[in-house]
Amino acid sequence: MAKAKAQARAASVPAFYVTGDEHAHSGGSTMLGFWLYLMSDCLIFAVLFATYGVLGRNYAAGPSGADLFDLRLVAVNTAMLLFSSITYGFAMLAMDKGKQALMQRWLLITGLFGLAFLGIELYEFAHLIREGATPMRSAFLSSFFTLVGTHGLHVTFGLIWLTVLMTQVSKRGLIEANRRRLLCLSMFWHFLDVIWIGVFTFVYLMGVLK
Amino acid sequence: MSGSPGHVDPHAEPHGAHGDDHAPHGSLRGYVTGFLLSVVLTAIPFWLVMNDVLGNATLTAIVIMAFAAVQIVVHMVYFLHMNGRSEGGWNMMGLIFTIVIVAIVLAGSLWVMFHLNSNMMPDIHRM
Repeated sequence: MAKAKAQARAASVPAFYVTGDEHAHSGGSTMLGFWLYLMSDCLIFAVLFATYGVLGRNYAAGPSGADLFDLRLVAVNTAMLLFSSITYGFAMLAMDKGKQALMQRWLLITGLFGLAFLGIELYEFAHLIREGATPMRSAFLSSFFTLVGTHGLHVTFGLIWLTVLMTQVSKRGLIEANRRRLLCLSMFWHFLDVIWIGVFTFVYLMGVLK
Repeated sequence: MSGSPGHVDPHAEPHGAHGDDHAPHGSLRGYVTGFLLSVVLTAIPFWLVMNDVLGNATLTAIVIMAFAAVQIVVHMVYFLHMNGRSEGGWNMMGLIFTIVIVAIVLAGSLWVMFHLNSNMMPDIHRM
């Protein structure tokens, strides 16, 4: 009697998981999943932008953006990132045509532009710190270094990822798994360029406005 | 995420036909169009600020924010290949949800903290 009751209850319990075979879709939803990851990354940057928006004018009698920022340097930096975006696009076009050597060359150029971006940013940071504009100086500088530094860290990890993928492709060729990974990195890389639009507009350009 | 390239998914190759062949990869024309638009949309704000063309900080701020918004859309369309159809519309749903949250976070923080700042200012007349 009790056993029959338990069985009846077990049968009426709804299943909150997919019982069918999901095997056939392996890899098919990766792009959507990666897009959702990028959206969550977007929220991280939104919080950092909000922090900068709140604290960005609290100079604590220290230097302001107008005193510190060199817009020519920022313009060069922006160009580096924009160039790296289009060269990554060319790499993806080469991948579509199956031209592995050409794709590797474009990826290398992308990596060099990314390195140039990072180099200029590190030079800028070193310059600021040498002048005494450290993250400890004011709330403005704390939020500035956090926001711009987080973007720079993303670029750094993007470059590491790029290097790993170039090695993978040279060892295993343009197999399906590598194509998928390259497409993910493509989204990541273009996404970082989108974030940079916000950074140069809100932080640098609006920072030097009176 | 950068850890995944190290391991080779055993299911990836047999099911190659199921992969991302449907994903829009863009065209040379699309990338070049997006790039040229981005160059223009980047150059104009820098020019406006560096040469103080408009002569009014508030007006300049509004104009460069408008340029940034347009450039973000250009990047989304030409580089990230956003449209209402990719992944059965779920990309767009995720994007819209994120935009709503970002708008709430940004507008809410600035609004609340601006009022907090002005209310916490020492009142000059009572000092």
